[in-house]
Amino acid sequence: MAVKEVRDPVDIPENYEKLKEVIDEHKVKRGSLIPVLQKAQEIFGYLPLEVQKYVAEGMNVSLQEVYGVATFYAQFSLTPKGEHTIGLCMGTACYVKGAKAILEKVKEELGVEVGGTSEDLKFTLEATRCLGACGLAPVMMIDEDVYGRLTVDSIPDILKKYR
Amino acid sequence: MEKVTLTIDGIRVEAPAHYTVLEAARIANIKIPTLCYLKGINEIGACRICVVEVERAKSLQAACVLPVAEGMVVRTNTKAVREARRINLELLLANHERECLTCVRNRNCELQKLAEEFNLDNIEYGRISKEQKVDLKSPSIIRDTNKCILCRRCESVCRDVQTVSAIGVSGRGMGTMIGPVFGKSLSEVSCINCGQCIVNCPVGALREKDNIDEVWEALNNPDLHVVVQTAPAVRVALGEEFGMPVGTRVTGKMVAALRRMGFDKVYDTDFAADLTIMEEGTELLDRLNNGGKLPLITSCSPGWIKFCEHNFPELLDNLSTCKSPHQMMGALLKSYYAEKNGIDPSKIYVVSIMPCTAKKFEAKRPELNATGYPDVDVVLTTRELARMIKEAGVDFAKLENESFDNILGDSTGAAVIFGATGGVMEAALRTVYEVVTGKTLEKVDFEEVRGLEGIKAAVIPVGEINVKVAVAHGTGNARKLMEKVVSGEEQYHFIEVMGCPGGCVTGGGQPIVSASDKMDFDPRELRARAIYEEDKDMPLRKSHENPMVKLVYEEYLGKANSHRAHELLHTHYVRRERV
Repeated sequence: MAVKEVRDPVDIPENYEKLKEVIDEHKVKRGSLIPVLQKAQEIFGYLPLEVQKYVAEGMNVSLQEVYGVATFYAQFSLTPKGEHTIGLCMGTACYVKGAKAILEKVKEELGVEVGGTSEDLKFTLEATRCLGACGLAPVMMIDEDVYGRLTVDSIPDILKKYR
Repeated sequence: MEKVTLTIDGIRVEAPAHYTVLEAARIANIKIPTLCYLKGINEIGACRICVVEVERAKSLQAACVLPVAEGMVVRTNTKAVREARRINLELLLANHERECLTCVRNRNCELQKLAEEFNLDNIEYGRISKEQKVDLKSPSIIRDTNKCILCRRCESVCRDVQTVSAIGVSGRGMGTMIGPVFGKSLSEVSCINCGQCIVNCPVGALREKDNIDEVWEALNNPDLHVVVQTAPAVRVALGEEFGMPVGTRVTGKMVAALRRMGFDKVYDTDFAADLTIMEEGTELLDRLNNGGKLPLITSCSPGWIKFCEHNFPELLDNLSTCKSPHQMMGALLKSYYAEKNGIDPSKIYVVSIMPCTAKKFEAKRPELNATGYPDVDVVLTTRELARMIKEAGVDFAKLENESFDNILGDSTGAAVIFGATGGVMEAALRTVYEVVTGKTLEKVDFEEVRGLEGIKAAVIPVGEINVKVAVAHGTGNARKLMEKVVSGEEQYHFIEVMGCPGGCVTGGGQPIVSASDKMDFDPRELRARAIYEEDKDMPLRKSHENPMVKLVYEEYLGKANSHRAHELLHTHYVRRERV
């Protein structure tokens, strides 16, 4: 199998062209930093220094102000997000039913810690509060898909679907 | 002025309608405690130390942001008020690293003072904030967020007054932090090292990089010839560290103290300020007469220089090539002075006492080593000098006045006013006028460039030319002025910029005046007044009349802007990235 090249979205020039369009559209309106950052995150997947600097210069505000907003809201991320987000429930019911062991298995499979993103930028792993599906415990979500009654052995096959 | 009447603690108070309850209370001599409040700069009601009870209001109100209203009834000293303030203070103290005994702000800390005034005898809550690494990388400023109480005063000064935005808030809730972006050090962002964050910090979260030990070591080293020089603004502020009123002149005592501490020679940066006027005045005339780049912009303030390098790279050729005065002095000490006295320049150790934290960065600029050695070896702030004097056991108040050592300690009134905004401009005008016209100035005081207005402009007739000048202090004002210069909206021949609001008298290395005292008086005004008195008392008040400056030109430099003068006294600037 050929190794697929992984490119950080920050290194793709077209992304900045897209961002420039967004900035030009919003620049005139005061208070449009948040929508611009939302779009920027859509384009790049996250908001690293380069992107925040680009936004600051384009919007004619200080980098400090952009950084303040980007770190205030939980919706913004300063680290790359994977193509898919795994939310593993660590609520009481799931925990009792062995979520800890499931988590260890997922971490091992992806080689990441909680909050981290796999090297191939495929997955971001998050530990969540109760997902409200305690009857299916232990539960995890991958993007919008729900997986219940998980066992440690079922994990590799589930992840394979998204690779 | 429209006025309203309100009642505070049973006292009828008539106050201007735009006042806050905090300001109105002061009319009735009622002192409401504050912490995050910084008059005109940080009025955000964040710390809740100033809460008061207002009749018919649902909850306690922050007096610093509460506008007065007709018929308002306020109580500042009820049980509920006292309890709320106390809990708020305890919560702030819980997360504050309380190493007061070894803190540079011990006994000059606004948080400590509140704890005393509130009669606090116990702090019930434990610390829950995580231990943070202290940022030691900047040559000028140390940032210790473990002591930060999130008052946001530094952020407001840095962003709104200086328009630098090197530090600001990030995160939220318990994760809220003040600092540069992406957890960087101050040395990695566009910080200009002005230190205005330090002099506005209520606690010890921001402080200067302390270089006292290096100086003690040099003084104890018998192989070194240790020479000290003092900037003009130091002499009108140092006394405050010894309990004297703001604006007390202590020039003679300062010199005496430095001698007692063991410096081999005590020289005056004012000599080099006179020299600067000769070099910069000549540069101005050369640019005026030979179609050089105008406006010429002063280069004495290293905070301003770095600001310009980051934000106005297109103006770097407008900056005077003159080094700042203390760097000129350093270069002369290691050349002229070394040769004249037969001392190996490698054995000369130059200490500059400055009102400035940016000078610490400046002294480390690699290009400032005219003789192959750094022009200046170490820079101490006024505050550090005071600490050294105390450490040395010198009873400052009782010292008899002494004079600077001669030649490089001789100066004029024109030099001392470098310490206040407008001073460099005025000093230059005194000399340029007389050099150009050959006439004696009838009145040496150029009132139009004095005072605290953010940007001052004037047209001064000098012979054939009407010289258009402007003066800005604080880099926020400088930014406004430079934008007009760049756009061509305004045209000037000569511009003075000082990086700190008020100029060097209120530089980032000066004694710290509490926010509460700044409600009563403006240290910029009081210290500047002392500077102008110092000028008035000088027998000579024009730089070109300084006989020792003339002597140094005769003996060594040739004439102003000569080849040798350029080698020793001039420099160049670099573009810097904006982060």
